[in-house]
Amino acid sequence: MTQSIVVQVGQCGNQIGCRFWDLALREHASTNKSGTFDEPLSSFFRNVDARYSEPLDIPVGRGRDKICNLKARAVLVDMEEGVVSEILKGPLGDVFDHRQLITDVSGCGNNWAVGHMMYGSMYREQISEAIRRTAEMCDCLQCFFTLHSMGGGTGSGVGTFILNLLEEEYPEVYRFTTAVYPSAEDDVITSPYNSVLAMHQLTEHADCVLPIENQSLVDIFNMVNQAASKTSKISSTSKVKGGSTVTSDMGGIKGQEKPFDKMNNIVANLLLNLTSSSRFEGALNVDLNEITMNLVPFPKLHYLVSSLSPLYHLADVSLPLRKLDQMFSDAFTKEYQLISADPRHSLYLACALMVRGNVAVSDIRRNIDRLKPSLQFIHWNQEGWKTGLCSVPPVGQPYSLLALANNSCIRHTFTNLRDRFHKLYKRKAHLHHYTNVDGMEAAQFSQAMESLTGLVKEYEQLEGTMGRVHEGAPRLQVAS
Amino acid sequence: MSLVTVQLGQCGNQIGGQLFNTVVEDAYGKGGLGCSKKENTLYQDAVLERFFNTEEPSGETRVSCSQQVLPTARAVMVDMEPKVIQQTIQESKKSGKWRYCEKAQFCQKRGSGNNWAHGYGHHGPKARDAVMDIVQREVEKCDRFGGFLSLMSLAGGTGSGVGAYLTECLREEYPHSFLVNQIVWPYGTGEVIVQNFNAALTLSHLYQSADAIIVFENDNLHKICSQLLSIKNISFQDINSVISQELASVLQPAASVDNGRTNSPGELLERLVPDPQYKLLNVRTIPHTSERALAFSSFTWPGLLKHLRQMLIANAGMEEGVDWQVKVHSRDRRLSSADFTSSLANVLFLRGKHCESTDISPFSDPRLYSSWVPRDAAFSVFRQQRPFHHYEKYASLLSNSQAPVGPLDSLVGKAWNMFASRAYVHQYLKYGIAEEDFLDSFATLEQVISNYSNL
Repeated sequence: MTQSIVVQVGQCGNQIGCRFWDLALREHASTNKSGTFDEPLSSFFRNVDARYSEPLDIPVGRGRDKICNLKARAVLVDMEEGVVSEILKGPLGDVFDHRQLITDVSGCGNNWAVGHMMYGSMYREQISEAIRRTAEMCDCLQCFFTLHSMGGGTGSGVGTFILNLLEEEYPEVYRFTTAVYPSAEDDVITSPYNSVLAMHQLTEHADCVLPIENQSLVDIFNMVNQAASKTSKISSTSKVKGGSTVTSDMGGIKGQEKPFDKMNNIVANLLLNLTSSSRFEGALNVDLNEITMNLVPFPKLHYLVSSLSPLYHLADVSLPLRKLDQMFSDAFTKEYQLISADPRHSLYLACALMVRGNVAVSDIRRNIDRLKPSLQFIHWNQEGWKTGLCSVPPVGQPYSLLALANNSCIRHTFTNLRDRFHKLYKRKAHLHHYTNVDGMEAAQFSQAMESLTGLVKEYEQLEGTMGRVHEGAPRLQVAS
Repeated sequence: MSLVTVQLGQCGNQIGGQLFNTVVEDAYGKGGLGCSKKENTLYQDAVLERFFNTEEPSGETRVSCSQQVLPTARAVMVDMEPKVIQQTIQESKKSGKWRYCEKAQFCQKRGSGNNWAHGYGHHGPKARDAVMDIVQREVEKCDRFGGFLSLMSLAGGTGSGVGAYLTECLREEYPHSFLVNQIVWPYGTGEVIVQNFNAALTLSHLYQSADAIIVFENDNLHKICSQLLSIKNISFQDINSVISQELASVLQPAASVDNGRTNSPGELLERLVPDPQYKLLNVRTIPHTSERALAFSSFTWPGLLKHLRQMLIANAGMEEGVDWQVKVHSRDRRLSSADFTSSLANVLFLRGKHCESTDISPFSDPRLYSSWVPRDAAFSVFRQQRPFHHYEKYASLLSNSQAPVGPLDSLVGKAWNMFASRAYVHQYLKYGIAEEDFLDSFATLEQVISNYSNL
């Protein structure tokens, strides 16, 4: 069993991370009734004996020892104390090892350069130590998950600095980044600068990026709420089941839920579903390295559009087969995506379906056959589907589907970002805040712009092949 | 005569578990009622010798002194991550009639990531010494070692990549032993996106080191499950049980009609692979019914064999939906190559009552075979009076024919297209595979396609 480490950076990253750990504990609690520290748990948690001042790590062994104390395999980084202190004060405080926290006082002031250049070099040793310690406790480390936003200063700056560090020090370990992109009406004025500068780092150094947009999460949340209010008026027998982790009604954290919590839950679910196959058993396992292998045809094009379904589970299950097919159809509609984009009208380079729960291979086949005619795949990858089947469903649902698509529609998102960047850059607005930072040069702006333009162009070129009839490349001739 | 089974990757291990189950259930099942007690005991002993080790292994503790030691499968389990092997061992314990030797496994922590190059170039060499040790121990336990049966899939990273590497190692270390590889051809609509690359690289390498490659296609098996066995929600377990049944029907003991010898790999290879350029074998069996439906069906040998012959020449994977319009005619009048499926050699297995009296001459029709195969060498029959499983009569055909050309051609076409755009190639180059290796594989496979098409 492999282990993964979560590196959560900045306010956004830490808040998402907090929801992730809460839901992960709930998920394991519902499958692991006996309270033993088994293999699935060990992929994200360590078992420690907390009686010692330096907690003693208890290895998994045969997977039959009882849990003593669980510690998350996580590193928490923030340049201001508020968020991390909140987490430590809350019920999840025990799950984090205090040596895995790196905080400062003043924050980054929404400035990528301050995060990446200044705090990066200042805290490099400490961050490297914390990660090394966590990595040493892993038997077989497979993957780093970095969580952060792109619009702010800490998440984007320090987050991408850490990404560079991980590539240097652990080149064989995969780096998955879940990045929250700013929506058009973001309240941080310099968010385009921060995002584009961070994008350059992600394109060069991450293995796989799952972009998320706040606006999409808000839309999903509203849709779920609407459905809940609608159905409760219609009949009393079928209503939205509150136990689903997506709506987080019965979250582990009691008391007041913070405003972004419901949206962060959706992202946390994404991560849980992504890693489910490497933690639990199934008929068709999909490990994390298989995701990069199958979904990234060219090194820089590693941005995946994700969609989750179902988002709510109706208690009325009298029509199981229809509901299952509906789940597949939903995953390919815009409303269920975590980023606003239109993959249906663009070109698919590859698509992965990670299914959890009691679903048979024939159901997946049938749905692929059904959906395929309405989707456009690139000519050399006409059957570009990767399927994974994990037998353990998420909490409160009989099955679920996570669809990850490498689709050229993402170039529109990037083009928008680039336009917003350009609006500020051409007037050199706020530029001095960045160039005043030691180590930051004006050239980095144009480099980042170029990298983004290059990326968009690559996607465009591939999309250009859409719709044209393709002759197969002439085959090798052999003497007969 | 004993076989050592090497289970590679998730698919190989899952099939292996089912295969051993199938042979045990057949040996101790209802088939025994259809023959004399003496014949039944002989059969059971032969099955046990072939697939299991019944001596008490030294150093392993018995569960309790009064319990008999369960037969231990002659199997080597290899996978690059531990979950599947553990599951397979758990499943085997449920039967209560046989077990795996838990020490006969090799696994790593991290999988191969569906990357053939990762399996072949990285995991394979690391695994070599340990796996060869386990293999040697298993081979030494055999009194009369008959050959290796390797089970693997083509689409993934471990079965295909590590499998190809280990097959080459087996060839090096056991140059005179028979190597038969059973491969699973993935669904045409994809299970793994880079499956065409993985399959092409594997096949081209296996062609150099294996003696014969038995092909099972997921698409065909899926149809058998849905149309013949009427399974609504088909799982991989259902597909694997069809594979196990078909494999068992050619591997379970049977005697040759011409020289009375048993169906060991050596005997089969002698008849089926006259030329090392033609190594692709496929299996067709009839009938496929569930136990419940059997009460309502009755079969006659002539009926079964007529269907089976048509399945052969019309290249049908199962007994339904066969194109009866396809007819055999003599060579010079062949109009186009999209005609009946020509064979190089066929071995027919008949299991059940009165199988010795049935007429098998339609299969020895010389028009079925390529002109350069000597007439009496092309076709042979193996018989077993004792019925197979719950089937009163069961026939299987192990053929070396043109059947794989279609799927192979389509596979190479798709892989070539993807290669032309260089998509995903960087993932393979990371692990030491160069573009020349791709080109070599393509060249090998084009040659195979050309050879078979010209039969």
